[in-house]
Amino acid sequence: MAKSQVAMKVNGKTAEALVEPRTLLIHFLREQLSLTGPHIGCETSHCGACTVDLNGKSVKSCTMFAVQANGADIRTIEGMANPDGTLHALQEGFREMHGLQCGFCTPGMITRAYRLLQENKSPSEEEIRFGIAGNLCRCTGYQNIVKAIQYAAAKLNGVPFQEAAE
Amino acid sequence: MIPGAFEYHRPSSVREAVGLLAKLGDDGRAIAGGHSLIPMMKLRLATPAHLVDLGGIADLKGIRADGNDIVVGAMTTQYELIGSDLLGSKIPILRETSLQVADPQVRYVGTLGGNVANGDPGNDMPAVMICLGATYQVMGKGGERRVAAREFYQGAYFTALEAGDVLTAVRIPVPPAGHGYAYEKLKRKIGDYATAAAAVVLTMSGGKVASCSIGLTNVAETPLWAEEAAKILTGSSLDAATVKRAVAAAEAITAPASDARGPGAYRTKMAGVMLTRALARAKSKARG
Repeated sequence: MAKSQVAMKVNGKTAEALVEPRTLLIHFLREQLSLTGPHIGCETSHCGACTVDLNGKSVKSCTMFAVQANGADIRTIEGMANPDGTLHALQEGFREMHGLQCGFCTPGMITRAYRLLQENKSPSEEEIRFGIAGNLCRCTGYQNIVKAIQYAAAKLNGVPFQEAAE
Repeated sequence: MIPGAFEYHRPSSVREAVGLLAKLGDDGRAIAGGHSLIPMMKLRLATPAHLVDLGGIADLKGIRADGNDIVVGAMTTQYELIGSDLLGSKIPILRETSLQVADPQVRYVGTLGGNVANGDPGNDMPAVMICLGATYQVMGKGGERRVAAREFYQGAYFTALEAGDVLTAVRIPVPPAGHGYAYEKLKRKIGDYATAAAAVVLTMSGGKVASCSIGLTNVAETPLWAEEAAKILTGSSLDAATVKRAVAAAEAITAPASDARGPGAYRTKMAGVMLTRALARAKSKARG
């Protein structure tokens, strides 16, 4: 099968390659670009571990062919830290609030939460839970993930983070 | 999981896509958002030799008013449906339904056209389109034709689409101002297909039902239009006894499979419960 030339911007850098049409975006990112942050979890479009930000949308990269992402602007967890190397508010929130245990879902959670906060700067707890409903975590029970996102929202809005009473 | 090999085509016009699909015949398959097709390809339940990606066709995008109809391009995503102020004010059941489709990531990519054209009885939009009396615009070898949603579905994954056809747009008549509506969906978890779901659009006048339409999701091989149930309700005040009779009439036309979502008899009863809830909520939203 003839290969196709693709070019896309990934974490601010241009990536060009020849791909088979059947190459999934997640395989392209992990195997050809060595970006192993996006994870392969369920492979059936449920778990969200492979989530990347693509043209301003959260996308499950296991359910898109690399050829379909030709020309796209993509951000993965590897491109999330601030330009000076310090952690993005979301990464800091996940660390401070213990938003991860095994860490497998975390890259997908953070890239999804990034887009959620772009669209809604001060989401309620319910909006956060609805907004990350496409990302599964088998460790935390989500409590601390929600807190981590609230922490990040507060930090990005320049207001002190107040943990809700339990 | 890696799909079988295929050749990729990305036409830039509907005419080009129809020409390609007509030429490729059974070897070709159109791909819209791909969130039904790509998982099937990964499982090798679908192994098309050629994929015709509709994603590069600008004409298939957009939401516009046309007289008393709203026309939604087939490649409009669920996310775009949710964000449309025009639909939000004129046909709000669509936003309510879209928000119950799959999960956020899938809604960014999944399209209305794919949802209605695939013929999957688990998809939510077909029953809503049947409820609303929508029409599908289809382009094929012989030019454009229109097919009523109520006549489109023939069996699970069997529709009025023929080889080489592309569903280009969904044309929806705007329900009267002040109508009540609801889409009630029972699912085991976010992202799941319905165990059973019911769509209701109704108008009230002087406390009585002036018009009513009901669609049911995933309780038969096709989405269902519960015409008899709607007839029973018309003219009533939605009193408990009449609702009970209408729900029985709706349950009578279901024939759900027994599967992981429950035995068929349970799913039939859940269709009745969803309809009862949808009627109550639609009534509370209706004016008149």
